[in-house]
Amino acid sequence: MEKDYIHILLADDDEDDRLFFTDAFDELKMKTKVQTYNDGVELMEYLKSENSVLPHVLFLDLNMPKKNGIECLHEIKADKRFDDIAIAIYSTSSSEEHIEETFVNGANIYIKKPNDFNTLKKVLSDVVTINWQYHTSGLNKDNFLLRM
Amino acid sequence: MKAFLKFDYNQLTKKILEDKLTSLGYKFSILGFGEIEFHENVPEDKIEELRNDFLNYGITIIENQKSVLVQKIKDAIHEMVYGEEVLNVKVSVYLAEKLDHSYGYLSNLFSDITFTSIENYVIIQKIEFAKQLILNNKLSLTEIAFRLNYSSVAHLSTQFKNTTGITPSAFQRIILKRREKNQ
Repeated sequence: MEKDYIHILLADDDEDDRLFFTDAFDELKMKTKVQTYNDGVELMEYLKSENSVLPHVLFLDLNMPKKNGIECLHEIKADKRFDDIAIAIYSTSSSEEHIEETFVNGANIYIKKPNDFNTLKKVLSDVVTINWQYHTSGLNKDNFLLRM
Repeated sequence: MKAFLKFDYNQLTKKILEDKLTSLGYKFSILGFGEIEFHENVPEDKIEELRNDFLNYGITIIENQKSVLVQKIKDAIHEMVYGEEVLNVKVSVYLAEKLDHSYGYLSNLFSDITFTSIENYVIIQKIEFAKQLILNNKLSLTEIAFRLNYSSVAHLSTQFKNTTGITPSAFQRIILKRREKNQ
């Protein structure tokens, strides 16, 4: 288990947010490998490419140009190959209706983007930790819902 | 129509192991949960074959001693949470006695390997079980709280909300909507 690391993808069009995100993971004690994409098209191209290594968790920004987070979510959920990926929606919106809809559409995690770096670190650490338990302890992913 | 299932994980795993190993001609005994003793020497390449075969069932052959102990802690917690009798002993006492190590040692080891604490892991398991029971729809939330040894339904609801970020009723609503949509 010592060799294991957690593989994470993020699709977000905002450069500052991407930087914040990778910095936050750099400061956590868990071994992670983070890849980022600038929009939904880039992300889906990577996932569907033949040699792609599928992540344990995928963070999706909702508002992205070209292909938004919801479109990506639908595409991913329609494809059996991606069943094992936990999907985290990473958004500035906190409308109840919105949140419930993304869960019903198959998202596992909903994160309201925090405003400060320390909260972000805490939130990401919590998300990845609990996701890791699902991954390593045979918990039922169908019942994995988490709102932060 | 729908049928609801309840699993005895202990028996399920035991039966799979027995059937599989017998059909491959091994002589073995199953020593409690998560341990097998082979009555002969099994070469490394055969173990490798078994390892790959077992993976299909979600069974992992563990190598490292620390991982073995962590798995024993997880199994003991699973047994405690999912067991038929409601246990009134503290997790720390239960684990230390069952695994014959000090709780301090177990607790440090567990955090090192799993990134989470034993206390937190117990909560995660209890909430997972609560989710199953909520979706089974047989027990009321009050009964579920009792079954999982919570002092009150409010305590269960609060811990559910703290762990998942949503309430038990929102959880049930979302999963039911999702199932409806996927039908």
